[in-house]
Amino acid sequence: MTETTTDTPNVARAQSNGGLSHRRREFRRAVQSMIASRWALLGMLILVVVTLVAIFGPWLSPFDPNRQNLIMRLLPPGSPGPGDQTYWLGSDQLGRDVLSRLLYGARVSLLVGFAAIAVGGTLGVIAGLVSGYFGGWVDDVFMRLGDIQLAFPFILLAIMFLVVLGPGLVNMILVLGIGQWVTYARIVRAQTLALREKEYVEAARATGDRTPSILFRTILPNIMAPLTVIASFNVASVILSEAALSFLGLGVPPDVPTWGSMLSESRDHLLSNKWWMAVFPGLAIVFTVLAFNIIGDWLRDFLDPRLKENH
Amino acid sequence: MWTFLARRLMQSVVVVIGVTLISFISLQIGGDPTYLFVSESASTEEIETVRARLGFDRPLHVQYLSYVWNVLHGDFGVSLSYGQPAMQIVLEAMPATIELTIVSLVFAIGLSIPLGIYAALRRGKPADGGIMTLAMLGQSIPNFWMGIMMIMFFGLYWRWFPISGHVPFLEPLFEGDFSTAFRNLPQSLYYMIMPAIAIGTYTLARNARLVRSSMLEVLQQDYVRTARSKGISERRVIVNHALRNAWLPVVTMIGLEFGFVLGGVVVVETVFSYPGIGRLAFNAINQRDIPVVQASVILIAMIFIFLNLIVDLIYARLDPRVKY
Repeated sequence: MTETTTDTPNVARAQSNGGLSHRRREFRRAVQSMIASRWALLGMLILVVVTLVAIFGPWLSPFDPNRQNLIMRLLPPGSPGPGDQTYWLGSDQLGRDVLSRLLYGARVSLLVGFAAIAVGGTLGVIAGLVSGYFGGWVDDVFMRLGDIQLAFPFILLAIMFLVVLGPGLVNMILVLGIGQWVTYARIVRAQTLALREKEYVEAARATGDRTPSILFRTILPNIMAPLTVIASFNVASVILSEAALSFLGLGVPPDVPTWGSMLSESRDHLLSNKWWMAVFPGLAIVFTVLAFNIIGDWLRDFLDPRLKENH
Repeated sequence: MWTFLARRLMQSVVVVIGVTLISFISLQIGGDPTYLFVSESASTEEIETVRARLGFDRPLHVQYLSYVWNVLHGDFGVSLSYGQPAMQIVLEAMPATIELTIVSLVFAIGLSIPLGIYAALRRGKPADGGIMTLAMLGQSIPNFWMGIMMIMFFGLYWRWFPISGHVPFLEPLFEGDFSTAFRNLPQSLYYMIMPAIAIGTYTLARNARLVRSSMLEVLQQDYVRTARSKGISERRVIVNHALRNAWLPVVTMIGLEFGFVLGGVVVVETVFSYPGIGRLAFNAINQRDIPVVQASVILIAMIFIFLNLIVDLIYARLDPRVKY
C-alpha cells in the first residue's frame, strides 16, 4: 500500500516529464516544418500581426474609431488631420479615421472567428462523440439534424435568425457557431466509430472508466488532429461569413467598427472614387482569411503527412 | 433505381419539413412574432388584430401545422412594404436569380475542371504553383469585396462592363417569347459577367484544388499505370481512364457548391443592384419585411434541395457502386 502511494507520483512525474519532452520535440518539429514551408511562415506572420493589432488596437489607433469630424470627411490617405495627426488610410463619410476603424475591426473578426468555432466545435464534438459511441437513435437524430442544416445555404440560415434576433455580437457568434457544428459532429462521429473498438478504449472500459471519461479523456485526445485542421479552415470561413453578414447590416451594432460594415459604407462612395474606404478593409479580410487558409493547409500536411502527396 | 429515387425523394421531404421547422423556430425565437408583422407605430388594438389574424394566439403546434400548410400553398403572408403577397414578389425576382446562378456555376465549374487537370498534369511546375496560389487567394477573397473591386476597376475606371442592372432572358423565355429572349441573351450575359465572376470565384478556386487532388490521386492508381503500360496515348489515358474516375468527387462537390453560389447570390446581388431574390431579401431585411425574408429564404432553400437531389441522381448514374 505504501509502495503504491509513493510510486504513483513518481510515475506521474516521469510520465509528465516524458510528455513534456515529447511535446517539446513536436513543437520543434512543427517550427522546423513551418520554416521549411515558407507559405506557412508567411501565414503565421500575418496571423501574429493581426492578433497583435487586435489586442493592442486601442494603443495603436491614432484616433478614437467612432469620433466623427464632419469637416474632415472623405479625406484621401495621408491627409493631415487635426493638430499634427494624419489620416494615414484616409477618413470615411463621417470623418472617422479609416486606420483606427480597421485596427478595431480586427478585434471583432478574430473574436467572432474564434468564439464561433468554440461554440460550434463544442456542440459538434459532443454530438459527434455521443453519436459515434452510442449509435442507435441518438446517432440518427443528430445526423438527420445535420442533414437538414446542410440542406440550407448557411448564410440564409444566419440571415433568418439574425433578422429576428436582431444584430449583436453574441447573436452573431451563436448563429455562426451553431452553423458550424455539423462539420465537427460528422468528423468526430466517424473517428469515434473507428476508435471505440480499439484496445485502449476497451481497456478503459474494462478498468471501469465512466463513459464521459472514456469519451473526453480517451477518445477525444486521439482525434484532435483532424479537428485542429478543420478549425483552422473554419475560422477563415466564419470570418468571411461575419464580414458578409456585417455587410448586409446584420452584424454587430453600428458603433462597433467591423471590416464588413466598413465595406458596406464604402458602397455609397464608389461613384465618387473614394477607393480607400473599400480597398483597405477588403485587404484586411483577404489577408486574415488567407493566413488561416494557409495555416490550415500546412496543419493538414503536418499532422497527416499521408495527405501531403496530393495537395 | 426507382427504390433509390423514392428513398432520396423521401429524404428531401424530411429536409423540407426540417426547413419549415427551422424557419418557424426562427420566427418564434425572438419572443412574440406578432411584433415582426406590424409597424413600430402600431397601436395595441392593431397588434391584437394582427395577432388574431395571423393566429399567433393559438398553441405552438397548431401554429406550426398551419404555418406548414401555408408554406405548402406558397402563402407567406402579405409583404409589409409592398402590400402584395410575399411569394408573388419573390417569384417575380426569381428568374433573374436563376440566370445569375447558372452563369456563375458555368463560369466556376467550366474553368475549374481544365485548370485543376492542367495543374495536376504539371505537378510541381511553376504553372501548378501559380494556379494553386491563385486558387488559395480566390478562396480568401469575400465575394462582395470582389464585386466592389470589379465595379471600381472594370466598371468605373476602365468602363468595360455595366456596374448595375439586368437584361432579362429567362422571363421572356418562360412567357414563350423566344425571339425577345434570344435577342436579349448577349446583353443579358454582358450584364451578368461581373456579378457571376464575383460569385463564382470562390467555387472556381475550391473546385480547381479539388479537381487537381482528385486527378493526382487517380493518376497514381494501378489502372492508369496499366493503361500507360499498354501504350495508350497519354491523352486517352487521361480522358478515358483518369478523368472518368476523378469526376466522382467533383460531382459531389458541385452539389454542395450550389449552396455557396446561392448564398453568394444574396450578397453579391446587393453589390450590383441586381434585381433578384438576393437584393429583394436584402431590402426586406433592412425594412424588417419578415414575410418577404421568409419567402426568399425558403424558396432558395427549396431550389437548393431540388438541385442537390438532381446532383445525387447524376452521381448514382455515374458511379455504378452506388446502390439503387
